[in-house]
Amino acid sequence: MIYDTIIIGAGVVGCAAARFLSAYLADVLVLEREEDVCAGTSKANSAIIHSGYDAPNGSLKARYNVLGNAMTEKLSRELDFPFERRGSLTVCTDPSRVSVLEELRMRGEKNGVPGLRILDRDEALRLEPNLADGVVAALFAPTAGIVCPFKMTIAFAENACENGAEFRLNTRVTGLYREDGLWRVQTDRGEYTSKTVVNAAGVYADVLNNLVSERKLRITPRRGDYILLDRAVGGYVRHTVFPLPTKLGKGVLVTPTVHGNTIVGPTAVDIEDRESTATTADGINTVLERSSLSIKNLPVRSVITSFAGLRAHEDGGDFVIGEPDDAPGFFNCAGIESPGLSAAPAIGEEVARRIAEKLNLKADPDFKPERRDILDPSKLSTEERNILIKKNPAYGAIVCRCEGVTEGEILEAIRRPLGARSLDAVKRRVRAGMGRCQGGFCSPKVMELISRECGIPLDEVTKCGGASRITVGRTKEG
Amino acid sequence: MTVTEHDIVVIGGGPAGLAAAIAAKKSGVNDVLILERGGELGGILNQCIHNGFGLHTFGEELTGSEYAARFIAEAEELGIPYKLDTMALDITPERVVTAVNRTDGVMTIKAGAVILAMGCRERPRGALNIAGFRPAGIFSAGTAQRLVNIEGYMPGKEVVILGSGDIGLIMARRMTLEGARVKLVAELMPYSGGLKRNIVQCLDDFDIPLLLSHTVVDIEGKERVTAVVVAEVDENRRPIPGTEQRISCDTLLLSCGLLPENELSQSAGVELSPVTGGAVVNESLETSVGGVFACGNVLHVHDLVDYVSEEAALAGENAARYVRGERCEGGEPISLRAGNGVRYTVPSFIAPERAGDKLTVRFRVADVYKNAFVCVYCGDECVQRRKKRVLAPGEMEQVVLTDRLFAENPGLSEITIKIETA
Repeated sequence: MIYDTIIIGAGVVGCAAARFLSAYLADVLVLEREEDVCAGTSKANSAIIHSGYDAPNGSLKARYNVLGNAMTEKLSRELDFPFERRGSLTVCTDPSRVSVLEELRMRGEKNGVPGLRILDRDEALRLEPNLADGVVAALFAPTAGIVCPFKMTIAFAENACENGAEFRLNTRVTGLYREDGLWRVQTDRGEYTSKTVVNAAGVYADVLNNLVSERKLRITPRRGDYILLDRAVGGYVRHTVFPLPTKLGKGVLVTPTVHGNTIVGPTAVDIEDRESTATTADGINTVLERSSLSIKNLPVRSVITSFAGLRAHEDGGDFVIGEPDDAPGFFNCAGIESPGLSAAPAIGEEVARRIAEKLNLKADPDFKPERRDILDPSKLSTEERNILIKKNPAYGAIVCRCEGVTEGEILEAIRRPLGARSLDAVKRRVRAGMGRCQGGFCSPKVMELISRECGIPLDEVTKCGGASRITVGRTKEG
Repeated sequence: MTVTEHDIVVIGGGPAGLAAAIAAKKSGVNDVLILERGGELGGILNQCIHNGFGLHTFGEELTGSEYAARFIAEAEELGIPYKLDTMALDITPERVVTAVNRTDGVMTIKAGAVILAMGCRERPRGALNIAGFRPAGIFSAGTAQRLVNIEGYMPGKEVVILGSGDIGLIMARRMTLEGARVKLVAELMPYSGGLKRNIVQCLDDFDIPLLLSHTVVDIEGKERVTAVVVAEVDENRRPIPGTEQRISCDTLLLSCGLLPENELSQSAGVELSPVTGGAVVNESLETSVGGVFACGNVLHVHDLVDYVSEEAALAGENAARYVRGERCEGGEPISLRAGNGVRYTVPSFIAPERAGDKLTVRFRVADVYKNAFVCVYCGDECVQRRKKRVLAPGEMEQVVLTDRLFAENPGLSEITIKIETA
């Protein structure tokens, strides 16, 4: 079989590309080394949709950020993932640097960001009462938003899948070459052939590019540590609050999440190991310290977890999108660091359009642009909820007490196309285990449901695929 | 939606909820309903298959499940109704409870009185800010206990335990008996958070080292734990560079403290103590919301279940008095203050008129003391002074205040409990 396109990497960019390509009459294959979509950088970031003032004028980051931001609202309705346009505040704590806010505002306007305004301290405090005492002024960006990156990526993937895209998970690309005008993609599960390739391989995108092009890329994983606060202190911040940006990035932000938690982070540390998502004590301390510069008395004792993600920083400092001149049909989506999540829809759409042009793909008349998220009974009225429970009692059984997740939701997460096969995959879809006890109570029950539904022994249930088995066998088996 | 009314609704069918319901019923309130989120009554005791329960209550050593079984049997004999697999979702300040299960759906229960008995949860890895990877193989000790004792599966084979809380100590022995190798228990504090008897019976008897003033500073392994790095900490609990040792293991168990589970109480507007994480209660174990009582580990974390039962019975009796309108009016309450060396007291307020002839005040100390005195002060006057050979944060302490004390000190506004070392 010759695919029209093979997409390497099922992060948010790969899945967005798959979704937009699935609107054409095309054979699309997505390869992902992990056991689930959204398992790399897409799952460990600030979960925000930037307005787009920060990237340099004329950069691809600026262009796709602003385009992606504008697309997200409609997509969130079509694909049923949570998105809230809360707005962001970039705060200045140094009276001598207030002019930087003005520079950012002008840069943003050139980038096409609407509604940017500079606020004095009092105006900023009215929007965000817990700003630190040192804040003297702020840049308000009303179009900035918050999103669930898991649900957004999974929505793209599920919708692509429903429209015919194939996904091969647990499949690692080991080689790539061009032969007779076609691309041969070697994996640990066999070789696949396609007319075009989308390189959405995250921190490995340079490795893939360098296999096929002389236009060499070099990606450095830039690790960011984060902490996540309990929903009990939700509402402490209402907007995404940034410090003034530095060369290394946009600094330690404090932001609400669409689920009512508060995220604080990230740090920015360049590392060599592309697998090292370990947090560090220094990183966590830095996050705690820096956050106090923009928000005062943040209730950091309510931390429920910490995590680290890797941004794929390319030497050129910008996204690398499209075909290198010496590798026709090989479409890079490389160097996707911040604002990658915000830009992903626009990048996906653009790459899909270019591939469609190249291959003369026709629009699929049966394309279904809409997809519904897993049913959340807590969003129903009591009457609707009781009708649902009568029909399917699993919706009356709360499995995850911290997040109020029912057995019905977990079963749907497992049974869907591209369904969850691990505790983390369930967690990303329905939030079981995402709360304050971090799965302490619900994980044995979720394991049992995965085991039963997937027909695998309980001791083969994993946290996140591969060798991450939760238990090591029956008791008294030595 | 079904709307029902009950005199007393008990949230939680563990040891606290059972004892409270039984006492309420015995006090003459017939209409008591227990809501239990688990599939059976007994709560966390069902997974406590080790012995050591009931010495105070029954004068014999029972397992946790046996201890629970006695209370379950009594509740059944008394015909107290209960709903299993039923999660309370909300309580209003007017004591309207919303709950859900498979068969009733979402239901509303109007309660004359509510007894909070939801227990506690374990502090997870994330809340400890331990650096490193986030692989499989990291369990809170209670989750591991459930996997081993209820599900019959081994969480791992080479184990490091962080925290010397009682569940961690019990699991050190349990995992050893199941063939795992428990390499060490690291405890951040210079003293154990668990009971002395558990250190002897679960660690010493199995030659498992307890490293005091040590913590885990790094977790290795991307998919499954492969090692942890343990380091000594200074007096400020900060790791001392150069003391790190890498311990290869596939499992890290955490026994780093229990947190009363009061999200539901907060929905009712119950005031919580920042020290215990449980409700602030008066002598009747009534919270800041009238007619809402609290007992057991949701009120403050206990060391022995016997004390939970005793406390819960008092909550049940008082809830019964409340719904029967038999409570006398309390005057200006006396504040109970945690003085030197005392972390908190339960209760926080006492209306002497309602305290009965004897009132047990429970508390925990903040440090280890040897040959110190537990003192009760009314103003400047020491009215009680009792020598204790050892006082430790891992063990709950108590003093008993009598009606004579209140009678001899009319107009008293404050009682202080403190530790004196000489």
